[in-house]
Amino acid sequence: MNVWIAIAATALGCYLVKLLGLLVPAGALERPLVRRLAALLPVALLAALTAQQTFSSGQHLVLDARGAGLAAAAVALMLRAPFLVIVAAAVLVTAAVRAMGG
Amino acid sequence: MAAEQSALPEIRPEGGAAASSPVSGAEPTPALLDDRKPDSAVVRDALGVGVAVGLSGFAFGVTSAGSGLTLLQTCALSLLVFTGASQFALVGALAAGGNPFTAAAGAFFLGVRNAFYGLRLSQLLALPRAVRPFAAQWVIDETTAVTLAQPTRRAARIGFTVTGLTLYVLWNLTTLAGAAGAEAIGDTDAWGLDAASPAVFLALLAPMLTTATERITAGVAVLLALGFLPVLPAGAPVLMAALAAPLVLFLKGRADAAKGRENTMKGRAESVPADGNSAKGAGR
Repeated sequence: MNVWIAIAATALGCYLVKLLGLLVPAGALERPLVRRLAALLPVALLAALTAQQTFSSGQHLVLDARGAGLAAAAVALMLRAPFLVIVAAAVLVTAAVRAMGG
Repeated sequence: MAAEQSALPEIRPEGGAAASSPVSGAEPTPALLDDRKPDSAVVRDALGVGVAVGLSGFAFGVTSAGSGLTLLQTCALSLLVFTGASQFALVGALAAGGNPFTAAAGAFFLGVRNAFYGLRLSQLLALPRAVRPFAAQWVIDETTAVTLAQPTRRAARIGFTVTGLTLYVLWNLTTLAGAAGAEAIGDTDAWGLDAASPAVFLALLAPMLTTATERITAGVAVLLALGFLPVLPAGAPVLMAALAAPLVLFLKGRADAAKGRENTMKGRAESVPADGNSAKGAGR
């Protein structure tokens, strides 16, 4: 049930912000500070999520095969690989390190 | 089609079309050629983005199923939320045991950027009010990127529609395939599939790290997220990390103000060398 509550809340919230952008008169959200904050917010959230989903297990900080996978994704990014290749690199390296007992 | 195109230049007062319209009877300039981008080229651009990103719904389906969501819940997310980063964030938070509202809050804050995309798109597309509630669901990173890159309103509308439709259909089909596949695979972690989600976040984050401000924000956010992880309930550390954005903006504002004052002082005393020590502390 909790999962469905989370899904409903996310779906409603995400839809309403999308609609808000299309409905409000241009200029209403165009204040420089609001714009910069909106641009910077995803940066903070994505960085936090990347770190947390790589280096945590429950409420503990860990360094395991996922760290190697993320490093592989970073290398693929620097080589300007397509999106799917970046994700595949992370998955394959993580699986390989785990298979070797890492 | 031709009539509609000839009416187009007025929609882009800042672009080249209005400025070059006086020469429209003469030999077409490269700028004008660009404004007559054929519909097929727009469709090709849109399909390229739609197919590539649409296929990554597979990674979401697998991750969501691996996080313990049912097939129906996973598909509901892709159908109803339809903004990838928020979906990954939500299933990650739920898997970590966060309460539903903390989890939804993190996903929601990630989706706020779409409101700003909508602002730009609503000017470019000039959609009738009745159409907007339907178009809204497609206002995401990829449709915005394709639409903003188009030279005319007609091309923008085609780009938005084709990218949106391709992405929506593929993203949902591949979500279904991924979730069903994950149930067949069993232990998704053994296949390294739990690394898909952070890799997706990293791939979305990397192009945003254009200046020092973004990089510092990302660094502070990582420290906050990992620092609070052992002491706060699941989901809360990510929300704390979001504070990195206003914090860095505030500090940058102060540093800029200090630099502004200093430059005024330097302007008065011409003999002072331009590379004072203070510049090092200004957040580079």
